[in-house]
Parts: sequence; C-alpha cells; structure tokens
Amino acid sequence: MDLFEYQARDLFAKHGVPVLAGEVIDTPEAAREATERLGGKSVVKAQVKVGGRGKAGGVKLAATPDEAVARATDILGMDIKGHTVHKVMIAETAPEIVEEYYVSYLLDRTNRTFLAIASVAGGMDIEEVAASTPEKVAKVPVDANKGVDIEKAREIVAEAQFPAEVAEKVAEVLVTLWKTFVAEDALLVEVNPLAKVASGDILALDGKVSLDENADFRQPEHEALEDKAAANPLEAAAKAKGLNYVKLEGEVGIIGNGAGLVMSTLDVVAYAGENHGGVKPANFLDIGGGASAEVMANGLEIILGDADVKSVFVNVFGGITACDEVANGIVQALELLASKGEEVTKPLVVRLDGNNAELGRKILSDANHPLVQRVDTMDGAADKAAELAAAK
Amino acid sequence: MAIFLNKDSKVIVQGMTGATGMKHTKLMLGDGTNIVGGVNPRKAGTKVDFDGTEVPVFGTVAEAMKETGANVSVLFVPPAFAKAAVVEAIDAEIPLAVVITEGIAVHDSAAFYAYAVEKGNKTRLIGPNCPGLITPGQSNAGIIPGDITKPGRIGLVSKSGTLTYQMMYELRDLGFSSAVGIGGDPVIGTTHIDALAAFEADPDTDLIVMIGEIGGDAEERAADFIKANVTKPVVGYVAGFTAPEGKTMGHAGAIVSGSSGTAAAKKEALEAAGVKVGKTPTETAKLARAILAG
Repeated sequence: MDLFEYQARDLFAKHGVPVLAGEVIDTPEAAREATERLGGKSVVKAQVKVGGRGKAGGVKLAATPDEAVARATDILGMDIKGHTVHKVMIAETAPEIVEEYYVSYLLDRTNRTFLAIASVAGGMDIEEVAASTPEKVAKVPVDANKGVDIEKAREIVAEAQFPAEVAEKVAEVLVTLWKTFVAEDALLVEVNPLAKVASGDILALDGKVSLDENADFRQPEHEALEDKAAANPLEAAAKAKGLNYVKLEGEVGIIGNGAGLVMSTLDVVAYAGENHGGVKPANFLDIGGGASAEVMANGLEIILGDADVKSVFVNVFGGITACDEVANGIVQALELLASKGEEVTKPLVVRLDGNNAELGRKILSDANHPLVQRVDTMDGAADKAAELAAAK
Repeated sequence: MAIFLNKDSKVIVQGMTGATGMKHTKLMLGDGTNIVGGVNPRKAGTKVDFDGTEVPVFGTVAEAMKETGANVSVLFVPPAFAKAAVVEAIDAEIPLAVVITEGIAVHDSAAFYAYAVEKGNKTRLIGPNCPGLITPGQSNAGIIPGDITKPGRIGLVSKSGTLTYQMMYELRDLGFSSAVGIGGDPVIGTTHIDALAAFEADPDTDLIVMIGEIGGDAEERAADFIKANVTKPVVGYVAGFTAPEGKTMGHAGAIVSGSSGTAAAKKEALEAAGVKVGKTPTETAKLARAILAG
C-alpha cells in the first residue's frame, strides 16, 4: 500500500526523521487556519500518489492565509496524471535550501536483501541522475538481521560521498529512516529531497512510503492509512469480502483459483478477444486454493455487479479443492443471487479440470442452468466467453 | 533420481497439528511420502493417527531429526509464527525446508533468508507462498495434488501453484521427474536457476518446463543461466501479459512497475536464450510434446 506524502511525513516524525510541520486538509477554507497556525505563510501541496506534481502545478507557496485559501482552491480538484486531488497538505515553508540529496531503503529482489540507495544529487530529477550518471547513486546492501546502526549509516554516507560537514547528520537520518522502514514493515521508504538548509540542518522535505499488507496482523494502525475514498467501489466490496480482486477495463468477467492461473486466464481471454472484436478481461479475481461455495457466490456477486461485464469465465483447476465443490458453489451462488432478487442475465462459461472434474461437470449438466455453458479446455472456454461478450 | 526429493526423503511437518497441516499430512501420506514426525512444542510426545498411520509429534525440529533422521521439513505454520519456525529449521540444519505458508511479511522472509545464508546455506529453502514439490511415485512435500500425473522425464519449475497443476495436467500422459513450485513472493529461497541447475544435472530429466510470471527479473536471469549452462531443452511460459502496470495481482511479487519485469520482456529474454515460449499453457505443453517426440 502506497501512502500519501502527509502520511509518510507523519510516520517519519514518529520515528525521529527530521521533517517540517504540516497538516492535511480537504477544503480550501481550512487552509486559512492551518496557515495561521504555521505563522501566516505555508506551502500548499497536492496529495496524490503519483510523481511529478510540482511540475504539474500541484505545489504552491502561500505568503498569507488568504493566499493559502486561493492556492488550495486552485489545487483541490486538480487532475494530476489522472489522479484527482482530494487533499492538500499545508506545510511549513522550508528554510532556504542549499543542497538536495536522496536516500531510500527498499527490497532488492534480485539479491534477496535490503538495499540503501543514497545520492548527493537528489531532487526532482533523481531518475535521470540514476540513468545517466549511475556513479552518483550509491547502492549499499543491508542485511535484514543486522540493519542500519550508526556505523552502517556512516558506510552508506561514505559510499555516496556526502560532504564532510553534513555526513554525520545524514548518517543520523539514515538510522531513523531505517527505524521507520523496519518498525512500519515498509517495502519502501524514500526521502527526496533530503535537504541541507541555510542553517546547516538536514530536513526530509518530501517522502514516499509503501507498506507491506502482509504485515497488517502486527500493524493495527495501518488500516486507518488506507485511502478508502479512492478505491473502486467493486474493489472495496471485494476487499470487504476478503476477495483478491482488481478491476480492469474489459468486458469478460474472470473468476479463477490461484494468482498465476488467473493471470494466465486474463492473457488467454485477451488473445481470444482478438478474434472477437477486441474484447478484454474485465477483472482479476482469485478465489484462492480452497474455494468454497460461499466464496464462489461472493465472487460471482461482485463480477455480476460490474456493469461493464458482458460474459463471465469461471476457470478452475481443481487441485486440493475438488471440482464438485466448485460446481456446487456455482449452482448455489446462482440460487443465492436469484433468492436475493438479483436477476442473473449474463452468460457464464465454466471450465473445470483436475480433481473430481467429471463429477463437477455432471453437477453443472444436471443443474442445466440456461445461462451456464461448460467448455472443457481453457483455450476453448476463453474463446466462447469472448464470443459471448462480443455478441452482447 | 529426481531433484531435491525422493523415496528416501524422511519428512517432518512443522504445523502438522493445525487444520491445514492435518489435511495435507494425510494427503502426503496417501501419495507415499515417508512422514516420520510432526513438530509442535505443546503436543510433544503425543501421536497423531492418520487412517492407521501413527505419526509422532516432537517438541522441536532438532529433536525430530535426532529421533527419526528426518531430512525434509514442510511448514504449514501461520504467517505470524513462520519466521520463528523457519529459523528453528535452519538452526537444526535440516537440509530442505519447504515453506508453504502464504502471506508472510517481507521483513520476515528477508530475515530468515539472510539467516540461512549467514548459517552457510546448510538448509535449502523452498518458498514461501509455494505449493511445495513432488517427485511423482516417490514423495510429495507440500500441497501439489498427487494424482494429476505419474513418474516421467519432464522437470517442472514454476512460481505459481495452480499453473503448476495445469501444466502437469496438460502433460499428464508423459509424466514428470519432479515438479517444484518455488513461490511468487518477492523473497524466495530456491530460484528458477537453482531448479534449472538441478534438472540439468538430473539423469532422469530430459526436458525442463519453466513457468514464470510478471515481476522482478528472475526469468531474465534464468534466461542468462540457460544460455550459459543448460544443454537440455527448456520450454517456457510467462503469465501476466495483460496485467496493468502498478497493480498487484495476488502474488506479492507479481507487480509490474515500469518496463522491467513485464511478461513481454521475460518472454523476449527467454527466447533469446533459445527457450521456446508458449502463448498459453496449452500451447506450451504442445511445444514440450513436439520436442520430446523429436
């Protein structure tokens, strides 16, 4: 889960990373009081989970509380690369910036270790710096069990060749940033720019944090950081039911078991769609290895509730879950939806293979539901589902 | 022969007495796996009956190994306790630990992987978030259904569980030497490359099927490895061509951001290494058949 800048700022502050004061608001009028609390001037910063907001006009200086209201009025509702601005942060104005640096921690998947990245050439164009002059970006592996103490931080600082007068202060920031990374179960903590200001102090002026949702069991405070307003309503409904669902742009609803098989199903449907007017998969939905009738019913309800869906492809390989259970799940799900008065009008193509496939297929045949068709190969079923979606 | 697991493997199950552990221990026994014990400190000294097979429960992995000579552990321990359980297996220096558990926090998996390295890699880790591995007709360590296929001469390595099953099913008449599900998490123990090297060295494997998916650069590195080190034919499949950028599709590792890690990049890298890559699982199986038919 990626966080907004203000949420990252709060987590940094909590773990001792030096940040400026700031608060988040969602109405222009609130900018006035927030700016007054900061002594009468502020920076109004759009809160969007996408880079490049400064260049897009999403960060403006306000010299008075009135100006802050005007800038907040401009920025709230602005579209930045497809993201609508619903919140702005009213931040303390930064003292004069002398230099801009970059520091982050993240997972290095290739080497299966954590990685510290640091550069004295921080600021807006760090990606370009990394691409054109990689020698200016230090990458230092961090052992997950040893972490970053002040010694390790000094090693990172030396590797990145920070100037001597800021080295110790940057090292201290690296230690607190590591604390944030570990204590919050983050996948990424990034400070850009890490600024040296006129007084000589080091400040984290902007940051990104991405959290590991697998750690939610020991991070009870993280739930409150979720941006529920931005979630697609279908995705929110699926999440509430514990389903792994991602809304996509197409017309063929997809249900399958296992992330890999479902991803593969999306591909196979997209290929089949090339022969049927370019129809595409409407979603990713993995009902998991042990798909029960209830889970199937929940999944179907979400998919059939998507107005974009014209046909549904249920693709299940019975591994541990037997296909007869899955077939019963489909039949019960349709009955359940009918009993709720939700008329099912979209055709379902079902492909069952693997454990107890024959029994599962028989259950579907016996149920003889007018909207359910059985096709017994994955490619054939994808083609049928695409054809039905195109015909609608 | 086979890779990592055979009829002589003595298997213990950490988390055997939980619901998932009980269910799969029974299934593994049914597939002929030599399960010599379970581990649960609170139930040490008891025995669990699986349809007439009594399996003793030990307090620790070390004790189970000492008493039974176990050399493989399969872990069904819930995510919150998985790190401690894997560390225990590493401390006991069990040669193979298969971590089935899904949903382990990355800080935990990074920590136990680093610990295994620090301890000299005496324990091969497979997973986490994987279906385990099977050597059909000999032993099954994990949750791969044992009845999909029979012994044969195809080796399979895959990030995805259900795609493993699908591919075994597509080629069920030919059979497999071993099939290894390495898991789709960002940090995994055994990689595609480890399995490719083992299949290359295995006299009972004639052809290798490699299944990958979007995210990371494991497939690209596997392609480099194949080019330099693998003489046996390799057939590949990559899932996730239509996955949108920046969205996580279930596997924590299967996230595309930017151009690197896309299915297209992986397919291209594999093809450049001489791997035949299928567009769908069915087409991939056909490619494998054609090669084996000569």
